[in-house]
Amino acid sequence: MQKITAEKGAKEAYWGKMDEVKVIEIKKSVFADNDADAARLREELRAKGVFLLNLMSSPGSGKTTTLIKTINLLKDRLRVAVMEADIDSDVDAKKILAATGVQSIQLHTGGMCHLDAEMTRQGLCGLDLENIDLCILENVGNLVCPAEFDTGASKNCMILSVPEGDDKPLKYPLMFSVCDLVLINKIDVAKYFDFDLNRCKQYIAMRNPNAEVIEISALTGEGVDKFADWLVQQVKK
Amino acid sequence: MHELGVVFYIIKDVKDVAEENNVGKVHSVTLEIGEVSTVIPHMLIDCWNWAVKKEPVLDGAELKIEQIDAVTYCEDCKGTYPTVKYGKICPLCGSEHTYLLKGNEVNIKEIEAS
Repeated sequence: MQKITAEKGAKEAYWGKMDEVKVIEIKKSVFADNDADAARLREELRAKGVFLLNLMSSPGSGKTTTLIKTINLLKDRLRVAVMEADIDSDVDAKKILAATGVQSIQLHTGGMCHLDAEMTRQGLCGLDLENIDLCILENVGNLVCPAEFDTGASKNCMILSVPEGDDKPLKYPLMFSVCDLVLINKIDVAKYFDFDLNRCKQYIAMRNPNAEVIEISALTGEGVDKFADWLVQQVKK
Repeated sequence: MHELGVVFYIIKDVKDVAEENNVGKVHSVTLEIGEVSTVIPHMLIDCWNWAVKKEPVLDGAELKIEQIDAVTYCEDCKGTYPTVKYGKICPLCGSEHTYLLKGNEVNIKEIEAS
């Protein structure tokens, strides 16, 4: 008798608990909030007349050197600012400021591999947006994660450097499919590497037929004027 | 690679839903993860188990993952095929004019809460 009572009690306790637990259907993309926030930020920047470029690449592709060369060509034509995103340190922001004199701030992602729209918004709060035409966000060096998260940028650009190899569009398809412009950097050393420029362009076109490609060498300055002109055109739009 | 960031998004969404529905304890969260979404389930679960300890509403909640198989559509032969096995080129006709139909999702499907 005792045993039955115990079982009955347990059953009631079990079903009683189950009654309280409800299933709530959500059916929503994890990225939906960030995508909506990014769209809002893009609109706010448009209203303010600020063009935000999200610049992505692997570590060591020459992002900072490219930026210094480009900004020095542009700073008489546009009011430029830079946001440097890294996991740690402020070497890039200091380097940009010392070499160009433009507004430059460092964002720390605190271990995160990418920036999202909210982090970008916080960074923008540290800049004098009223006096900026072009803001360049140097994203965390990484070809995977930054491609997943919309930062709210007006356009996405990535740098692929020759030593990384011409097969990268095949290995990191998402990165190439979200970029409006691909800069192929370190073109001056192409002959020392097994890098086939035409093959690389074909692979980029496979991933993203609308992507523009500009070949540059941040070291010699070759092609950097074309990138600067591209930016001027985008800001004017 | 960005599983921790994804976990923070999920926690934020689930906390909002819990508040809207007046529930104080979340027992489980079910996700739908596409096969080619780049999110790695076991890493997501590791990050989840670490992050939920800091959230009283979610502490101890189980993360359940349902996989969505990746399927690619061919614009030329109108066929479909499994993406992971064949990639970008259609195994039926050899065309490169293909696009992903499904398998890229990272969705929160439902939660169990009381």
